[in-house]
Amino acid sequence: MDLILVNIIDGLVTGLLLFMLSAGLTLIFSMMGVLNFAHASFYMLGAYFAYQISIALGFWMGLLLAPLIVGVMGAGVERYGLRRVHQYGHVPELIFTFGLALLIEELVQFVWGKNQLPYSVPDVLNFTAFSIAGNSIPAYKIFMIFISIAIFIGLLYILTRTRVGMIIQAALSYPRTVEALGHNVPLIFMGVFGVGTALAGVAGVIAGPVLGTFPGMAFVLGSIVFVTIVIGGLGSLWGALVASLLIGWITTFAKSYNIEMADILNGIGIGTPENLDENLFRDFWTITSPQIADILPYILMVLILIFRPSGLFGKRHS
Amino acid sequence: MKNITKLGVVSALSLIVGASASFAETIKIAFIDPLSGPFASTGANGLHQFEFASDYMVNQKGGVLDGDMFEVVAFDNKISPKESLIQLQVAIDQGIRYIVQGNSSGVANALTEAIDKHNRRNPDSRVLFLNYAAVDPALTNEKCNFWHFRFDANADIKMDALTDVIVADENIKKVYIIGQDYSFGKAVSDAANMMLGEKRDDIEVVGDELHPIGKVKDFTPYARKIVASGADAVITGNWGADMLGLGKAIIDNGFEGPIYTYYAAGSGMTAAFGESGKDRIRLISQGSINPIGSEEARATYEAFEAKYPDGNIDQSRIFNVIGMLATAIEEAGTADDVVAVASKLEGMEYDSMWGGKLFMRPQDHQLIQDMHVGVHTDENIDFDFDQSGYGIVNESTIEMASMDSPTTCEMKRPE
Repeated sequence: MDLILVNIIDGLVTGLLLFMLSAGLTLIFSMMGVLNFAHASFYMLGAYFAYQISIALGFWMGLLLAPLIVGVMGAGVERYGLRRVHQYGHVPELIFTFGLALLIEELVQFVWGKNQLPYSVPDVLNFTAFSIAGNSIPAYKIFMIFISIAIFIGLLYILTRTRVGMIIQAALSYPRTVEALGHNVPLIFMGVFGVGTALAGVAGVIAGPVLGTFPGMAFVLGSIVFVTIVIGGLGSLWGALVASLLIGWITTFAKSYNIEMADILNGIGIGTPENLDENLFRDFWTITSPQIADILPYILMVLILIFRPSGLFGKRHS
Repeated sequence: MKNITKLGVVSALSLIVGASASFAETIKIAFIDPLSGPFASTGANGLHQFEFASDYMVNQKGGVLDGDMFEVVAFDNKISPKESLIQLQVAIDQGIRYIVQGNSSGVANALTEAIDKHNRRNPDSRVLFLNYAAVDPALTNEKCNFWHFRFDANADIKMDALTDVIVADENIKKVYIIGQDYSFGKAVSDAANMMLGEKRDDIEVVGDELHPIGKVKDFTPYARKIVASGADAVITGNWGADMLGLGKAIIDNGFEGPIYTYYAAGSGMTAAFGESGKDRIRLISQGSINPIGSEEARATYEAFEAKYPDGNIDQSRIFNVIGMLATAIEEAGTADDVVAVASKLEGMEYDSMWGGKLFMRPQDHQLIQDMHVGVHTDENIDFDFDQSGYGIVNESTIEMASMDSPTTCEMKRPE
C-alpha cells in the first residue's frame, strides 16, 4: 500500500517531465503541421547550457537563463531555417529537423566531450522531503512537480484567457484570415516555436541533474515524446498532459511490480504448459512486466492508432 | 632573435632524429573499438591510453629490437561485430599484425573466431588478438584459441573476488542483483548467484533482475524495489549511462547499503557521483591507483595528466598490454613472426608498474593478476578521476586471483 503511494508520486514526476517536452512539440505540430525531430535535442541543450551557467552563476540562474537561450535559438531556427524550407513542403521540413538533431548532438560532443557531466541538484534542494516506509522522496522531485504544474497552468491561462492566446489559436486554424486582420502570423509562428523549444529547455534544466547529462540524453527521450503526442492527440495540450501522466504511471508501475506473463495467462484460464523449457512459447511465458515496461507505451500507441486514430483528445483532421 | 635560432636548431634536430628513426621499422597495432555513437567516450578514452602507453613506455625509450617504434592505428567499429570484421580485414590488408579490442564481448567473440580462421588459411599474414577488456568467460574457455590473449580478468574472476569481499562482511544478509539484459549482464547474475550460494549459504538473494540496456530513462522504480526488498547490498555489472543512472537513483531514493560494481568509475561518472557516492560505491578492478602501485606508475600517471589534463588512467591494464607485448617482441627477437611472439607471451611473468605480478596462463591465455576492491571516496587520493577530487581507494586485495580456476580450453598450438 505504501509503495503504491510512492509509485504514484514517482510516476507523476516522470509524467510531468514528459509533459513539458510534449507540450512544446504538440503546440509546434498543431501550428506548422510539422513534427520537430530536433525537439529532444533542445531538451539536451537546455541541460548543457544550464550546467555551464550553473558553474559560474549557480543553479537558479541556469534555470532562468538556459531556457531563454534555448528559446531564442529555437526562434532563430524557425526564422532562418524552417521558414525557408517551408516552401518546399513537409518532407524537406522533416529532413531539416532530423539533420538538426544530428548536428546538435555532434556539436554538444564537440564542445563538452562525450563524458557524463557532473551537473547536480542544488544544495538547497538536496535533502529528503519525506519518506514513506523507508522510501525517501527527494525534495528535488517535489520541486519538479511544482515547476511543471505551474508551467501547465501558465500555458493554459495564456492560450485560453489572454488576447495573445486567442490570436495564436486563431492563427492555428485560420492563418490567412488572421493575417488579413492585420496580425503578423510569421511572427506568431516564430514565437510559438521559440516558446515550445524553451519549454523543452526547461525540461532539460530540471531533468539533467536526476536523469544524467550526457550526449545520449536526447536519443533516450526522443522517441517516447512522439509516442506521447500521438496518444494524446496531435495538437492537444490536454491530450499531451493526460498521455504523459498515463505513460509515466504505466511504466513506473510495470517496473515496480514483477507481474509475470504466466500469472496473467493463468488468471484468464490458460494453464502453464508442462515442460516449459522445450515449449515454443517459453520466452513469451517467462516475460515479466519490468522487461516490457518501456515498450508498453508503444503498444498503447498502436492500440490508440487502431481504435482512435486521432488520439485521446485530438480533433480529426479532414 | 635568440629564440628563433633556438627554434631553428630544435626543428633541424628533430628532423634529423625523425629521419634516423624512419630507418627503423614501425610496429603497427590496430585499435578496433567504438569511436562514434553512444559508447564513443569509452572507446576514445581507451585509445588515448593506448597511444600514450606506446609512446611513453616504448618509443621514448628507444623502441624495441633495433629502434622499432610502436604505432597505434585507430579503427572505428561502432561497437558492431559486423563492422569490426570489415575493419579487421582493412587492418590485415595494411600489414598490421597486432589487433587490440576490448569493448563488448559480442565484438570480441566475432573477432577471435575470424582471426582463428584467417590465421589457419593465411600462415604468411597471421595476426595476434590482444583483448584488453572483453570479459565473457567463454573467450578463454570453450572459444579459446592460440591467437587470443586476455589482459583483463574475466567476469567470473571478478565476481569471485567481489563475493570474497561481500561474504566477509557479516552485516550483509540480503543481496539484490541487477544488470543489463544481454550476455554480460546474465553472466554476472549467474556467477553472483552461484558463488554467493557456495561461499555463504545464509546470504539470501532478494532480487535478481535484468533491465533493457541503454533504454531506461529513469531508474527510480528499480530503486524503489531494491529499497522495498530490504537488501543490504546491491551487485551490478552495469556500465556507461546505465551505471550512473542506476547508482544515482538508488542513492537518492533512500538505499543505505554498499553498491558493488564492475565499472562505476571514470568517463565523467566519478565526478557525477561526487559526494553522494562516497563510501557507498565499491568497484572491482586490477592495477592499484590509490595508493599508486609504484614510483614508476606515479611518474607515468603524472606524464599522462600533463598530456591529457581531463583524462583518466581508468584502464591501467592497457599499459600492461603494451609492456608485455614489447617484452615478448624483444625476447622473440622479431615482430613479424607472431607465433614466436605469442609463444613468448604464453606463460610470461611480468612485474606490472601498477603493483603485483602478472602471469599469462598458458593453458587458456587468461592473465592472472591481483584484484582490488576499492571504494569511491575523496580521502587519501593520490590520483582522482575526472578532476573531481574523488577517486577509488583500495580496501582489499586478492593476490593472483583465481590462479587455479578451472578452464575448459583445449589450446591448439600451430606446429
